[in-house]
Amino acid sequence: MKKQRSTFMFSMLCFGLAFLYIPMVLLIVYSFNHSKIVPIWGGFSFRWYKVLFESPEVWQALLLSLKIAVVNATFATLMGTLAGLALVRFGRFRGRTLFSGMISAPLVMPEVITGLSLLLLFITLSQFIGWPSERGFTTITIAHITFSMAYVAVIIQSRLTGMDESLEEAAQDLGAKPLRVLTDITLPILAPGMLAGWLLAFTLSLDDLVIASFVTGPGSNTLPILIYSRIRLGLRPDINALATIIIVTVAIGVILAGYIMWRQEKQRQRDQQMAAADKLDFDTETTA
Amino acid sequence: MSEASQISNSLVKNLSYKLQSSWKTLVVGIPYIWLFIFFLVPFFIVLKISFAESLIASPPFSSLFQWAEDGALQIRVLFDNFAYLWEDELYITTYINSVKVAFISTLICLIIGYPMAYAIVRSSPTKKNILLMLIILPFWTSFLLRVYAWMGLLADQGTINNLLIWLGIIDQPIRMLYTQFAVYLGIVYSYLPFMILPLYANMEKLDITLHEAAADLGAKPITTFLTVTLPMTMPGIIAGSLLVFIPATGEYVIPDLLGGGNSLMIGKVLYNEFNNNHDWPVASAVAIALLIVLVAPMMLYQHIQSKESES
Amino acid sequence: MSKDPKLAHRPWLDPEAEPYIKIQGITKRFGDFTAVDNVDLDIYKGELFCWLGGSGCGKSTLLRMLAGFETPTAGKIFIDGVEMNDIPAYERPVNMMFQSYALFPHMTVEKNIAYGLVRDGLDKATIQSKVEEIIDMVELTQFSKRKPHQLSGGQRQRVALARALVKQPKVLLLDEPLGALDKRLREQTQYELMNIQDQLGVTFIVVTHDQEEAMTLSTRIAIMDKGKFIQTGTPTEIYETPDSRFIANFIGSANIFEGHVVESGKEHVLVRSTRDQSLFYIDHGSDLQENAKVWVAIRPEKIKISKSPPEQSDHNQLIGTVDDIGYLGKLSNYKVLLDNGKIIDITYPNQVRPKSGDHLVDWEEKVYLSWDASSAVVLTH
Repeated sequence: MKKQRSTFMFSMLCFGLAFLYIPMVLLIVYSFNHSKIVPIWGGFSFRWYKVLFESPEVWQALLLSLKIAVVNATFATLMGTLAGLALVRFGRFRGRTLFSGMISAPLVMPEVITGLSLLLLFITLSQFIGWPSERGFTTITIAHITFSMAYVAVIIQSRLTGMDESLEEAAQDLGAKPLRVLTDITLPILAPGMLAGWLLAFTLSLDDLVIASFVTGPGSNTLPILIYSRIRLGLRPDINALATIIIVTVAIGVILAGYIMWRQEKQRQRDQQMAAADKLDFDTETTA
Repeated sequence: MSEASQISNSLVKNLSYKLQSSWKTLVVGIPYIWLFIFFLVPFFIVLKISFAESLIASPPFSSLFQWAEDGALQIRVLFDNFAYLWEDELYITTYINSVKVAFISTLICLIIGYPMAYAIVRSSPTKKNILLMLIILPFWTSFLLRVYAWMGLLADQGTINNLLIWLGIIDQPIRMLYTQFAVYLGIVYSYLPFMILPLYANMEKLDITLHEAAADLGAKPITTFLTVTLPMTMPGIIAGSLLVFIPATGEYVIPDLLGGGNSLMIGKVLYNEFNNNHDWPVASAVAIALLIVLVAPMMLYQHIQSKESES
Repeated sequence: MSKDPKLAHRPWLDPEAEPYIKIQGITKRFGDFTAVDNVDLDIYKGELFCWLGGSGCGKSTLLRMLAGFETPTAGKIFIDGVEMNDIPAYERPVNMMFQSYALFPHMTVEKNIAYGLVRDGLDKATIQSKVEEIIDMVELTQFSKRKPHQLSGGQRQRVALARALVKQPKVLLLDEPLGALDKRLREQTQYELMNIQDQLGVTFIVVTHDQEEAMTLSTRIAIMDKGKFIQTGTPTEIYETPDSRFIANFIGSANIFEGHVVESGKEHVLVRSTRDQSLFYIDHGSDLQENAKVWVAIRPEKIKISKSPPEQSDHNQLIGTVDDIGYLGKLSNYKVLLDNGKIIDITYPNQVRPKSGDHLVDWEEKVYLSWDASSAVVLTH
């Protein structure tokens, strides 16, 4: 009976993974199709990669997306970290409930609403104070920071709650003033979380279509906006080529990160074994 | 002398206290002000415009505040837009349809995701890491491109139809792209990882000996599942379901690309009202109405998250 | 036996001696909950003072107020004559060894230990020599470049100790210092801790819930319950002359008999048991009134057990049957059922190896219990 159940679970797992991956694999296969009509095989070719690389629009969109993603990730990490610190370490302060509501609401807010509301804000602002005079890089970046910082804050919050608070007390006890405690102890320990937050914010920004298409202006196409405008009208082999490049890049990145984490875990296990071995040495030494 | 030094001492202390509280103010203040300006204020602007009248002007809506002839400030709040949504059958159908699509997709995600999460939890540590990575990987790749992949599969000239014709099962392509079916498929495909990850996190903490205890006390596997496993994984089920249901209800890209003109979803209606019809007040009213639908699940999710972080 | 020859003069008995740490009327409330309730205590230089109590008794809160992590609701703390109330944690002349050790995970052993000295702004050469010296003292020289996760529990404990001691604090606060170690390592580390304290002459305040630990380590113990100190004294005083039933049961165990005073004089007290009218003769004087309600406490190891009746006497004797025997190796625990239904605990060392399964006495056997007039204590509450 138990055997049967685990067979069922295992086949569901295989089915689910196939469901997740077959479309992506096919996407990649057809990027090497010579034919102009995507699903009809016309022989192996790099034709569409060439078309892609020769398109200045693609390069412009990519550059804009990367610029936004980097600036967004950096600011979102900074502010998300501050927000996480405030929520976990400062106890009660005035307006805390509103603050924690505002920081976590973007996580569940439908994109169309976030996009619409920010666009209306930018329009209102430009009416009253003349800024932003045009929409594009700045407005998209601001919009992205607003929702990415929520994700960073969640990561930082969970890191901080998992962190032994007596570490910070110990630093104070040894003579470090509060700001010093922050720079010497809290931030270094948070560093891996901040890195994870940065990467997540970077990816979220690169991936966003809906919010960006609300707050962008004429001439400022991010990569998702460009892709969307092309695929709305049907299948495009050059988009398959672009998708292949993106998927392969991300896959390499994720696998590499996974491998590094796995290596660190192994190292940690070895260290612990080493410590245990030392302890045995020490015991025999003193009892002898 | 000693009094003077005492006074100067307390002054220094006061000052350093102020400095300290000032950096704390900075830490809270920066993200606070940012969110206030770019999250809270925009929300109220949407709310305000939803009560305005649509005009052919720039901006295309009337002001709520007007100076009457005698100089008094008048506030004109119009419920016309909401009344319009209520009276137009199209909108009501769209709302019901969105919730229905999101709900059914969530259920399908749960049915597929639950055994998957369970199988991952039960596998060996090395396998577990690889499987988890396989679940997370799609999450890091472009959402848009994953939806696009299905366009290639489902099209009339697409891979599935070609395969079926080649196998001789059908001789006319089945229409799959631009149908409701494609929308379900796209949502389930895109949001499946959001269901699996909270379920996994929840099941990972589950004590395996509970199952053994239940079996030891004479429960059949199905009874163990219904009386032990299912109730214990309920927090994961709820969290995962909300993470699928909430964004799916307001989804725009999937119904637009896979559902075509046949799919009625609120997100798409909002987008079209705003970008194609330039009816800002109606778009804002749609947004507010969408929020009203989602406010209960959103608050439930926040409640679960805050309970989770406390324990 | 005094724990520390330097403190052989027992400064707490000397009315002239100036306390090093003065805790005056300290109270700490969290909302409605009073964690520490108007506590006074004097601690002298060079003491190894233990605060002993169960969880939630307020001992950790009091320690954190000394370190400066909590602000007292009322009262004052003086260290070496200086009031501490307005001095922030990072400027106090005290250091703390945390229960979790709180070693900075991103710094090596060396860096961890040097951290406090760097904060004091000492020059590099001084820091290095001080760090080397203390690392040598705690025998961690070969591990100085390792990070905390590469150390065993015992090594981490010593890093935490070295890090707190290297700053030469006036007082070292230790929060459950041995709590995270296994039993064998704990015993060994107890003696190391005492040696180090002896060498450096730093005043230690240890918070613990482990009474054996407190008994072994300290010059004096203060027992805490519900935010108050209920008895303060040397380990011997606390064990041999507990002043309440709570203490008698908290430190070790005791057989307690309810009774009332029959005779009370300078040299002795005579108490009659309420339950069976048997008499207890105690050879310490008291100013108790006749007929006052009291309790007599006798430690299990102070009661003699024998099969034959002892010398006839009208007091300090009881008769019962053996109800249960627990053989622990070096000693055995006996439970003796008295005729009146009360069960008496007796501990007796197994000085002679019993023949196969032969105990000093056997189950269901009739036995005679007796004890010296100096063994029992009269308690008034």
